[in-house]
Amino acid sequence: MSEVANTIFSPELAARFDHLVTIYPMRRSALVPMLLYAQDEIGYVSEAVITEIAQRIGLLELDVRNVLSYYSMLRTKPAGKYNVQVCTNISCMLRGGYEILDHCKAKLGIGHKGVTPDGVFSLEEVECIGACCWAPAMQVNYDFHENLTPAKVDEILETYRNGQGKDVK
Amino acid sequence: MPTLVSHPDEVKVLSRRFGQGAADIDKYLELDGYKAVQKAIAQGPENMAAWIIDTMKASGLRGRGGAGFPTGLKWSFVPKQSDKPKYVLVNGDESEPGTCKDHVLFLHDPHAVIEGTMIAGLAIGSKLGFIYLRGEYRYLLKIVEKAVADAYAKGFLGKNIFGSGIDFDIITQTGAGAYEVGEESALMESLEGKRGVPRIKPPFPAVVGLYGGPTVINNAETIASAPHILLMGGEAYAKLGSERNGGTRLFGISGHVERPGIYELPMGYNLKKAIYEVAGGIKDGKKLKAVVPGGSSCPVLLPEEIDVGLDFDQMGKAGTMLGSGGIVVLDETVSIVEFAMRVISFYQHESCGWCIPCREGTDWIKKTLTRVYAGGGVKKDIDSVQYLAENMMGRTFCPLGDAAAMPTLGFVKKFRKEFEDYIEGHKAGTPVITVQDLVGAH
Repeated sequence: MSEVANTIFSPELAARFDHLVTIYPMRRSALVPMLLYAQDEIGYVSEAVITEIAQRIGLLELDVRNVLSYYSMLRTKPAGKYNVQVCTNISCMLRGGYEILDHCKAKLGIGHKGVTPDGVFSLEEVECIGACCWAPAMQVNYDFHENLTPAKVDEILETYRNGQGKDVK
Repeated sequence: MPTLVSHPDEVKVLSRRFGQGAADIDKYLELDGYKAVQKAIAQGPENMAAWIIDTMKASGLRGRGGAGFPTGLKWSFVPKQSDKPKYVLVNGDESEPGTCKDHVLFLHDPHAVIEGTMIAGLAIGSKLGFIYLRGEYRYLLKIVEKAVADAYAKGFLGKNIFGSGIDFDIITQTGAGAYEVGEESALMESLEGKRGVPRIKPPFPAVVGLYGGPTVINNAETIASAPHILLMGGEAYAKLGSERNGGTRLFGISGHVERPGIYELPMGYNLKKAIYEVAGGIKDGKKLKAVVPGGSSCPVLLPEEIDVGLDFDQMGKAGTMLGSGGIVVLDETVSIVEFAMRVISFYQHESCGWCIPCREGTDWIKKTLTRVYAGGGVKKDIDSVQYLAENMMGRTFCPLGDAAAMPTLGFVKKFRKEFEDYIEGHKAGTPVITVQDLVGAH
């Protein structure tokens, strides 16, 4: 039984949260994972998400906001259904990371942190994603795509546009 | 999916199960999995902890995260008696640009990390371990989560592990995007559900760590080395490497080489050979310009400086660091001005802002180098950058300030002429970055 009335999350996620707050020596430890999982389901960390997570852990909303604002993957505005994150850090830069980013900008018609009008894609230039030896690389949501070329990027984006891209959560 | 590479000079210890499906627990068991933890338990409750720590000390293993602290010694610092629970914390928050070794480790051999965590737990008398991966590694968290669940299902984790009478649990999670959380005390803050800012030291984590309890925190690769060391013996492992640098290490070679990838090489292996033979030399037959030898925080090496052994001491003598083992190779086409600007932009973005020298220093260096790159530089800028970097060194809670200052100093000292020529050659352009940018109008 949940201690907090579930208002916005799916029953599966609510059950997961009920469990998550019990496994750590301190309830608060569940905060960062809960924010991520809530974002995965809702699309972003909304006001309602902040309120409910604060209640579930027993924190002030202010505490949640303080933590939320620290982590670059957490967002308080909706992104596209598929968030394209292109790495331009050194290893990727040396193998064409900026060309890949420019190609994505042109292809999607949006800039850094932009969202396409149909809401399908958003774009971000990101720091090192840990795929240096397979550069240039990007992530679409949590999925890695490596050894990119503009042509390969086109194929990948098309796959997602057709709803056939992988979407690990 | 990251591609696996191979070279005859590799000595496969950590990578011996890569590509063999060892994420599956039965395959891992077939390949000597969970034998090391049982060997430790077989030493008996009286001798087990001392045996593990002595073996780790004899192995000469030094922390693979970058600092190179001897692992056995670190484990021995944890007090035997403690009023508070003790913890093992595995740092898989791999974020140093140029570094992707733990990526491959979690993908191909997650049980080695789990078994290593158990061994560290037995060594220090902890009943709970945490494996913390960077937020971007969600698909790897899935793999690690499944491996942990499989280990529980077999009874390897939980109550009375391998009949020892000892309980051991593992919790896995990811961060949510923050380089700074790779710093040990910031990682503890993050795991406690807070902003990832560093803690003042002392007290060190071995005495006051996670939740205030004594904590051993090790890089994932360090932890995954432990089972191999216990099975082959400390001395045998030490012999694989160089003096005071035991064993092998996963080196990630990236940038302008023909065959980038993760290669497991003995400690002390020659850097020049690693680039020209193991990784196939400079891409497209171009000339080498510079090497960033161990992740972006390590001072750059010139082509004439790379005939050096890849271990903590030899790299230190060469005026740089072994760091996280991420070797980034730059060919003759790279503009060092642009490269230095990109490196400092990263540290400026990732500075948590807790310590003023780091927050302000990274910001001002970035602004200055951005202006120089845009064509609005004056020669005095090079001195300003050096002055700022020198004043960041050693003046922050955590090493991020140093990590930003050290490569910057390397670039401006070793490539001063290139900076001067660039400034001279780009005078004609109107500065794109204006004075308003310099006084902080964001």
